[in-house]
Amino acid sequence: MRIVLIEDAMLIEKEQDVVPFRNRVKEYAVKIGMSVVNQTKLITAASELVRNMLKYAGGGKTKMEVISEGRNSGIRLVFEDNGPGIKDIAQAMKEGFSTGQSLGVGLPGAKRLVNEFEIKSSPGEGTVVSIIKWKNG
Amino acid sequence: MDRIPILRMGNFLLVTIQIDLYDRLAINLETDLVNMVNKTQAKGVLIDISALSIVDSFMGRILGNIGDMARIMDAETVVVGMQPAVAITLVELGLELKGVHTALNVVKGMELLRLKIKDLDTGEEEDEEEEEIATNEDSTD
Repeated sequence: MRIVLIEDAMLIEKEQDVVPFRNRVKEYAVKIGMSVVNQTKLITAASELVRNMLKYAGGGKTKMEVISEGRNSGIRLVFEDNGPGIKDIAQAMKEGFSTGQSLGVGLPGAKRLVNEFEIKSSPGEGTVVSIIKWKNG
Repeated sequence: MDRIPILRMGNFLLVTIQIDLYDRLAINLETDLVNMVNKTQAKGVLIDISALSIVDSFMGRILGNIGDMARIMDAETVVVGMQPAVAITLVELGLELKGVHTALNVVKGMELLRLKIKDLDTGEEEDEEEEEIATNEDSTD
């Protein structure tokens, strides 16, 4: 069973919010004793997703949770925006695809860096991405 | 406005990124560096990222851009001091940092730059003295 130990939230409205958000995520990752490599992967994934949110939806809400399941603990992050949504999620998850002028590594890259990755979106409905990085995994 | 200071050391420009950059700061650094390469006719750019705890695709793109732009302006770029965790993450993210050379630390980075520049023009006399001039007037953190 998955238990939520700590819950926190942060609004992302401008690009200057990205660094404080990353620092907050790092604080929780350090708190549960996550290794530096896993911390870096989690924060990088978080940075990609929060940037997407700013770029395509002009910002949104983030939720941070410290969760535990059996002996394992981890960090769950949820990114929720009210932007235009994604028409074709399969295409958005493809390597090298971008509707903006970026490299198109954001979504697929972020997925590779975490243990669990879930995306829900439809045009006009906004996008919700949630990721989990386990301390050992 | 916030700016990352750019130091001039002989033929080289030296940048130490000591804080996590937000987007505007990174874009400023990109334009400042290209302008400085032009102004000082520098042959090499050394960027120390040892204090950066993460490099995401945006930052990776900025570093790549700096390398490409500097090359067009006839200067080589070397990125030094990347933390191991950052390197692991970068590769898994799918970024290869094309366009820039990398070295383990500042000393090795300087050696690499000297080598690269010597390869390009062997006739020029070597300028070993290292003068540090803060060329960026409004370089405050």
